[in-house]
Amino acid sequence: MEPHSEKILVKGNEAIAMAAIDSGCLLYFGYPITPQNDIPEYLSKHLPPLGGEFIQAESEIASINLLLGASATGARAMTSSSSPGISLMQEGISYLAGSELPGLIVNISRSGPGLGGISPSQGDYFQATRGGGHGDYRTIVLAPSSIQEMYDLTCLAFDLADKYRNPAVILGDALIGQMKEPLVRRSGAKINLPPKEWALTGADGRKPNRLKSLYLEEGELSEQNWKLHQKYERMKKEEVRFESVCTEDAKLVLVAFGSMARVSKTSVELAREEGLKVGLFRPITLFPFPEKPLYDLSKRVTRFLTLELNTGQMLEDVKLSVARDAQVYFYGRPPGSLPSPEEVLEEIKKYYQ
Amino acid sequence: MSDDRFYYDFIVAGFGGQGVLIIGNLLAYAAMKEGKCVTYLPVYGVEMRGGTANCTVVISSRQIGSPVVGRPHAALVMNLPSLIKYGPLILPDGLLFVNSSLIEPKEACRKDIENFFIPVNEIAIDHGNPKLANMIALGAFNQKTKLVQMTSLFESLEKVLDERYHHLIPSNIEAIEIGAEFARKNISPPAR
Amino acid sequence: MELVFKRPECLIDIPFHFCPGCHHGIAHRLVAEAIDYFRIREKTIGVASVGCSVFMYDYFNIDVLEAPHGRASAVASGVKRARKDRIVFTYQGDGDLAAIGIAESIHTANRGEKITIIFANNGIYGMTGGQMAPTTLLGQKTSTSPYGRDFTYDGYPIRMAEMLATLEGSAFVARVAVNNPANLMKAKRAIRKAFQMQIEEIGFSFVEVLLACPTNWGMTALEANKRVGEEMIPYFPLGILKERKMADSL
Repeated sequence: MEPHSEKILVKGNEAIAMAAIDSGCLLYFGYPITPQNDIPEYLSKHLPPLGGEFIQAESEIASINLLLGASATGARAMTSSSSPGISLMQEGISYLAGSELPGLIVNISRSGPGLGGISPSQGDYFQATRGGGHGDYRTIVLAPSSIQEMYDLTCLAFDLADKYRNPAVILGDALIGQMKEPLVRRSGAKINLPPKEWALTGADGRKPNRLKSLYLEEGELSEQNWKLHQKYERMKKEEVRFESVCTEDAKLVLVAFGSMARVSKTSVELAREEGLKVGLFRPITLFPFPEKPLYDLSKRVTRFLTLELNTGQMLEDVKLSVARDAQVYFYGRPPGSLPSPEEVLEEIKKYYQ
Repeated sequence: MSDDRFYYDFIVAGFGGQGVLIIGNLLAYAAMKEGKCVTYLPVYGVEMRGGTANCTVVISSRQIGSPVVGRPHAALVMNLPSLIKYGPLILPDGLLFVNSSLIEPKEACRKDIENFFIPVNEIAIDHGNPKLANMIALGAFNQKTKLVQMTSLFESLEKVLDERYHHLIPSNIEAIEIGAEFARKNISPPAR
Repeated sequence: MELVFKRPECLIDIPFHFCPGCHHGIAHRLVAEAIDYFRIREKTIGVASVGCSVFMYDYFNIDVLEAPHGRASAVASGVKRARKDRIVFTYQGDGDLAAIGIAESIHTANRGEKITIIFANNGIYGMTGGQMAPTTLLGQKTSTSPYGRDFTYDGYPIRMAEMLATLEGSAFVARVAVNNPANLMKAKRAIRKAFQMQIEEIGFSFVEVLLACPTNWGMTALEANKRVGEEMIPYFPLGILKERKMADSL
């Protein structure tokens, strides 16, 4: 029996904090913002007794840079925030990517633009999957849709960040951050990680290590950009994760992630009860996006309904992925409320043939 | 409860400070202990003592999609604003569970649902601890709905309550039992 | 013949890229001498900032991390929190530390982070080509204050050392200059002291070094050096502003 194998009922935010501790991340830096405050509250209580460090920074800008410094020593470190705070971190995330440093950034997203509101939203999809800051880079983006996944994917994010020396993002939202569901603190499959020979620990018995993103010599930066690109291509080959529900015989496949995928899954059940052959394709990695599995699926299924809590962002990736003759429809729900499974079923009926 | 296709959802609502989130939490925890799928969704953001507080709980034999419920099977309302907000949303034949210490029974006027009244604050005061009104409501609500075993609720107390309050667990159990007893004796709806 | 002056061990043997007459090279050397003095090269981690100081990693024979503009003190705090057994310092210019990064500077000092900040104040943006800095003196002409800095438009030059000395979290705060041998010796002692405060875990240490920037001041090396004494020091007085004897403890 593992010490944590008991089933507990916790908020998604708490599951992330527990996963951080269980992944050996003892360094947290953050600034309060709704709806993710359970993360810093949990860690401010539990890190110090473990010998860890918790800093409530003066801003999200400071938070991401504290993370950058801590990560440069080879230690696992994280920050968390919600949409407006994540915007402030973009500069630092770009530096993390440019300096090839790991680090976990949790976005329990709320709604925008601007101050927006605190209701669930998926309006940060573009920001998360296109890099978000300046320069040609990507972050690893994982989108949990249950409290167990908040835990499991946080553990995975730390491993992937270390494996690729690249920042990783957990893209959740207010709904799965705040809701409680059963959780088992289980340890996932271990990834063999290379030693962090690049870490800054003092140049003792070795040449000095430098971590930087400034490349001024002729051709140097171009080379670095291609190197990063190859890393992202490798992620596309090795790290794509998705869930497929009832797609084998489906005539219409829903595509949704995160909390929208939860509702969609219930709608698939409702549709099946009415004899409609409907399936669900749920990307778990938003970057790398499951382009190939979706393309392969589109050779059998020609109708797709993308559902998002925004006005159409992942929609673009779905359209880019599917075969040319596939029809991609869209149901968008900008911030305010979540659609009910019955409402989604009505949408399904519009496009089902 | 042993159906392999069980599904029930409800909203618990009241003033912040009335302990409504604890009610939802305990029921969800107990149902989880009994092997059910559960979700619990609290309001978040502008929470404060005296403000409104509510939570939505879904208990199911199968994986739960949305933790948000537009039309619940039941609403446990601890104050009038909560009745006004959630009373009309309850599904036909559903249950409106009313704290009649703070809400006039005439406010609950829907005829297509079961209206259950219990003066939880008075009962709590009569038993010497006004702070346990929420536990009395919980006991009665669970007796009415038979969602979980009472023992599962008792066992969940130490998981849900902060350690600082663990010495109060016996008095909480007692309050839950008093509420359940009230519901057993008033099993027929008084104002239907 | 006895060798009486040599390159510090923790400076790499390559020429600085700094302009003729620039004081950055002197300040770099003083930092390097302090690191050598305490024999901490192998456990020191430097944080480079954005500006002329960014090339620190080319000159110091130590582990160096490059920080985003203004954020060096937050980055250094992150390094130190992760590795409390290491010696961590930043070397930041006035635009970096006193303009874009002033929030990080203040809060790092206020948290009493056990790091050392070397603040290179030459009253101008060097790398970007001579624009007005938060420490540009009143009346001083720069490429973005062509009529001279006017307090009605641009506010006043900020005295960072004085500001940080008021914070309970700072342990050692000094302002020095390197414009003559006497000041240079004081600067050397202050920088050494700043590292000592960190080694002894007394707290946050900060040394503001007044530097000449002949190129962007539009002066010869000698004129610029002279200006430090005649114009900068009267507004930015030298000395140790604060020196704690021990760390705060409960």
